[in-house]
Amino acid sequence: MPTTAALALGDDALVLSHRLGEWAGHAPVLEEEVALANIALDLLGQARVLLSMAGDEDELAYLREERAFTNLQLVEQPNGDFAHTIARQLYFSTYQHLLYGQLADSDSEFAPLAGKAVKEVAYHRDHAEQWTLRLGDGTDVSHERMRRACEALWRFTGEMFQPVAGLDVDWSGMEAAWLESVGDVLRRATLALPEGPRTGAWSAGAGRQGLHTEPFGRMLAEMQHLHRSHPGASW
Amino acid sequence: MATAAAHRTAGAPAYGAPDAGPEGDIRQRAFDAAVAADERIEPRDWMPEAYRATLVRQIAQHAHSEIIGMQPEANWITRAPSLRRKAILMAKVQDEAGHGLYLYSAAETLGVSREELLDKLHSGRQKYSSIFNYPTLTWADVGAIGWLVDGAAITNQVPLCRCSYGPYARAMVRVCKEESFHQRQGYELLLALSRGTPEQHAMAQDAVDRWWWPSLMMFGPPDDASQHSAQSMAWKIKRHSNDELRQRFVDICVPQAESLGLTLPDPDLRWNEERGHHDFGAIDWTEFWDVLKGNGPCNEQRLTQRRRAHDEGAWVREAAAAHAARHNGKNNGPTGVEQA
Repeated sequence: MPTTAALALGDDALVLSHRLGEWAGHAPVLEEEVALANIALDLLGQARVLLSMAGDEDELAYLREERAFTNLQLVEQPNGDFAHTIARQLYFSTYQHLLYGQLADSDSEFAPLAGKAVKEVAYHRDHAEQWTLRLGDGTDVSHERMRRACEALWRFTGEMFQPVAGLDVDWSGMEAAWLESVGDVLRRATLALPEGPRTGAWSAGAGRQGLHTEPFGRMLAEMQHLHRSHPGASW
Repeated sequence: MATAAAHRTAGAPAYGAPDAGPEGDIRQRAFDAAVAADERIEPRDWMPEAYRATLVRQIAQHAHSEIIGMQPEANWITRAPSLRRKAILMAKVQDEAGHGLYLYSAAETLGVSREELLDKLHSGRQKYSSIFNYPTLTWADVGAIGWLVDGAAITNQVPLCRCSYGPYARAMVRVCKEESFHQRQGYELLLALSRGTPEQHAMAQDAVDRWWWPSLMMFGPPDDASQHSAQSMAWKIKRHSNDELRQRFVDICVPQAESLGLTLPDPDLRWNEERGHHDFGAIDWTEFWDVLKGNGPCNEQRLTQRRRAHDEGAWVREAAAAHAARHNGKNNGPTGVEQA
């Protein structure tokens, strides 16, 4: 059971870290090159600890196929424009902050990791919040882009609160806190909580069952190809 | 230090002041004395216009090189073959963006803005290091860049820590610390490949074969063809000639290549007992000038990607500026965003 949970949380961090890594050299301003890489590195660090709790980090990252990954569909979504990246980050870091906050105070085997990670994630959440405010309450163009991004990713937010085996967490309390926190940021950004279903592709929780969206397979192909081309080699 | 402190003329504008006339002569003499005494020139000090212009050119090109230099390595972030290597590479590319930021800040102390310099980069009026116009074709290239390209950069930059212009020298101290770390990581990456499978070893050798000569070109044209060298050395911006630094680099690399178990692609490379240095073969200067003129393998691609990132980010920077203006500077945009 704890292995299931370590994989789920580890895959979330690994996949989002990879997506953020795709921004390197493409960010809108130099400070964001630093910030996005920084967040990507924090997440990769978390992923390495979590995957190592479940087995060999490289075997798990590079030799599993799409159906064996249990990350949320939210984190595998392509970067899109900067607003999409920020909306994804706001949704996910708010979730991670609440989750790690609970785990840090628990007596689970995730407590040490969560205690360290919750500090990193607080910074990620702050970064996403500040950019949500700037984009939502910036120009007409940025407002519209931020609104569209929040809408487009909304459907993937329900799966975050599907219970994960091995994690003793108050999921419904966490969902209520998440809605309040994200709703507050969006209101201050002159945006509103989107309406509409939150079931993801397939059904809420599908990502945790290894059911993913199409772009994910190509992401893995790129991530794994070199490692798979040299079976047994060490790097 | 007090001997030449007269160059710190209180309240004098740091730039744009007339160089001619009796007052200009006094300032010039004070400046010369400060440079001769190895004092640091600081942003508020008087300096000759040509000194300022040379520094702006050099520091800006250095900053541009950090930014463009992110591309060939970022090319492999999504394909790094282990999570440890991926983390190292991400941290390195992040450091490079940070170095770019230090260096643009150092340039801004000379009265230019980052926006202005980026504009010159994007329009091709200012250059970046020619090395970044070569492609990264395999994972081993990431190691070769660390070992050779960062190694050459460090050989160039360590003397700049004693450069006469204070803000540049101080930026170099910070940059060099991180660069030497990257260089060791690159070496270690190549070592792992060299000692790995036959395919990995071949990959490492191929990368060194492709990066060796371009790395030697990083020291610039030979001394007799280097147009800025003499003046820069007189001003103590530069401390050693291009050829001296290149020789130092070759001497450092030869034993390192041996312990890596890799060869350097130069049949003329051999120890010269008499000189106490390695002799090495002739550099293809035609290729060097060609790449510098924009005809290297990746010149077009690098500049296009940089321009695209900037152009596609315009709405983000505008949003940050509009938000900051509306909220009286609370929740300001990143420091580099021009306040509209």
